[in-house]
Amino acid sequence: MGQFHISPPATIFVTVGSDIPFDRLIKAVDRWAHDKHRHDIFAQIGTGGWKPQFVSFATLLDPPEFNERLAASQVVVGHAGMGTILSALQNSKPILVMPRRGYLGETRNDHQMATARCLLEGGKVHVAFDEDELYRRLDLLQELEPKDRITPFAAPELVRALHDFIHHPAAHEL
Amino acid sequence: MTDPLKVLAISSGGGHWIQLLRLRPAFEGCSVTYATVRKGYRADIGDADFRVIRDANRWHKFNLLRSALGIFWLLVRIRPDVVITTGAAPGYFALRFGKWLGARVVWVDSVANAQELSLSGRKAGAIADLWLTQWPHLAAAQGPLFFGSVL
Repeated sequence: MGQFHISPPATIFVTVGSDIPFDRLIKAVDRWAHDKHRHDIFAQIGTGGWKPQFVSFATLLDPPEFNERLAASQVVVGHAGMGTILSALQNSKPILVMPRRGYLGETRNDHQMATARCLLEGGKVHVAFDEDELYRRLDLLQELEPKDRITPFAAPELVRALHDFIHHPAAHEL
Repeated sequence: MTDPLKVLAISSGGGHWIQLLRLRPAFEGCSVTYATVRKGYRADIGDADFRVIRDANRWHKFNLLRSALGIFWLLVRIRPDVVITTGAAPGYFALRFGKWLGARVVWVDSVANAQELSLSGRKAGAIADLWLTQWPHLAAAQGPLFFGSVL
């Protein structure tokens, strides 16, 4: 018989995506959890990532468990990857992101900075641009309102364009 | 009555996969095969045909080759009428091979690329029958085109 350890769902769900670790973010969250005596945080830290001391974590969750934990949380903290952002928005969770930086080797280029800036402008996400700002903003997490709930599917115009292309090939022959 | 069109919807994991899922209404009336890099994603698409491919990026040449071969084989077996991808490297391979095999191919560049198209996305422009960006400021008359985003 296996034993099951069922812990209460974490209030704060932290994820750095499924690709590579993002130690700078996890370290800031861990330091905050320690300083503020928070025990209601769960993090997906990525394979080979720095292991936090004060935060429960998994290296890589299976997608169904990822979805369950995210759905059970109240707020998401993560890198500025689209998987993380879309998962939070689809679940109507407020999300605070910190972009990975190219010059620190956290991504190949600075595309997460552009994502963060554009989505901040569009009112979709909250952004901390570095770990100090992240630490400060973690104190204000409970005040974050869920951003606009997004529909389950892409913009109707995009769906229609794709649908038309699939079903009416001639329309796109030039 | 003709057979439904065969669509291969293919991407790597994480954000690429979630974006692909958000395009599903576009495949209505088609026979769709989904292909991605983690078997755990199967739960996302219910009863639809689901295949697992190897992930790869351009930093690991051997994995890239293995991934490409697997995707080529998948294309040969499925013989889709349309291939659609949200990236990244596996999606690019699928477009290349799909094109060789006579499919019409669609590249939807990730919404993550707000400043410039991804490298695969730029390369896909040369082969895609429909080449899309999700940011209006990246669209151009000669492509990529913009119709909207997954958001």
